[in-house]
Amino acid sequence: MSSSGEYHDRPVRPYVVTKGRARPSRTAIRPEMLLIATDPGKTLPVWASSEERALLRMCRRLLSLVEAAVYLQLPVSVVSVVACDLIDEGFLAMRASSEELVPGGAGARSGGPGGSRSARPDVQLLQDVLNGLRKLAEAAPGGAG
Amino acid sequence: MTLAGAHERYLPGTVRRSAKILVVGSFGVGKTTLIGAVSEIAPLRTEETMTVASMGIDDLAGLEGKTTTTVAMDFGRVTLSPHTVLYVFGMPGQRRFWDLWDGLAEGAVGALVLVDTRRLEASFEVLDQLELRKDNLPFAVAVNVFPDSHQHSTEEVRRALDLLPETPIVLCDARDRISSASALIALTAYALATEEGSV
Repeated sequence: MSSSGEYHDRPVRPYVVTKGRARPSRTAIRPEMLLIATDPGKTLPVWASSEERALLRMCRRLLSLVEAAVYLQLPVSVVSVVACDLIDEGFLAMRASSEELVPGGAGARSGGPGGSRSARPDVQLLQDVLNGLRKLAEAAPGGAG
Repeated sequence: MTLAGAHERYLPGTVRRSAKILVVGSFGVGKTTLIGAVSEIAPLRTEETMTVASMGIDDLAGLEGKTTTTVAMDFGRVTLSPHTVLYVFGMPGQRRFWDLWDGLAEGAVGALVLVDTRRLEASFEVLDQLELRKDNLPFAVAVNVFPDSHQHSTEEVRRALDLLPETPIVLCDARDRISSASALIALTAYALATEEGSV
C-alpha cells in the first residue's frame, strides 16, 4: 500500500498544533528534560488536541522530551510547547534536568541574576556523569584485560 | 551495542536527573558512529526545521535572504546509574546551524569536537565558534583515527589546531565503546575541573 519514498507530512502545520506559539511558556524546557505523567488515571478534557493525548500516553512512564518527539514523529520544538501546556495543567511532570530547578519553577521563568552560570550543570551532576562514564569504560566488552 | 525494543524504550523510574554532552564536527567525521558506540539504544534521529541565512540560491524578494532548512540531529542515551541518564547529541558544525546550537548548548556538560586529521581545516569553523561563545562551554578535542589516517601525535594536532595548553585532546576510535567513552571522560573531567575552578 505504501510505496517506497512515501512522502511523510502531517495534515496540519506545526504552528496549528501549538496554536501559533513558537516557544514554550517555560524557558527551562530542554530536549533532555525527563517527563512523566502525574497520574495515569487522570483524563484530558474533551477539547485536548491529539498531540496532547499522544504525548501524555507516551509519557505514562519516564522518558525524555527528545525521545518522545522522535517516537511521536513530531519536531522537538512542537513537543516542547505541548509538554509545557500539559505541565501547566498538571497532567505532566518534569524531573530536574541539568540544573536543579527552583521549587515551583519560578527560577526557570524569571532568569534572575547570574543567568549564564545557572546554564551549567552543577558539580554533583558532573561528578555523577564522570563516575558513570568510568564504569561504562570498565564494563565495556572487548577491553584489554 | 544493545538495540532497544519497545519495552526498553523507557527509563528506570529511579532516574532523577539528565545530563547531555554535544558531539560536534563536520559531516562524515564519525559523530553518529561515536554516539552509537556508547549508546544503550540505537541512535535516534530528530529533524528540526529552522530558518538559516540562505546560500544565495532561490532568493525570493522580501524574504531577507532567509530560508528554511531541515536539520537532522542524531542522539543516543546512556543510563549511567539508577539516578542519572546521559544524552549524547550529534551536532552539525557549520556556521549556518549556529542558531540550533544556542538552545542545545544550554545546560550541556560540554562539547566533544571530533576531528579527522585528513581534513583538519574542516574543524576550524567549529573551534572558532566554541572559542567565541560567551557561555564558555567547556570543550575537548577527540581525533578520530581512521584506518588510512596518517598517525599524528596529539601535540602535533594541538599545534595545527592552535588549541590552548589546557584543552584536552585525545586519540579515539569512534567505533570502539571504551575508546569513545574515554573521550567523553576526558571532556567531563575537564568540565568538572573548570567548574571547581582548578583549571
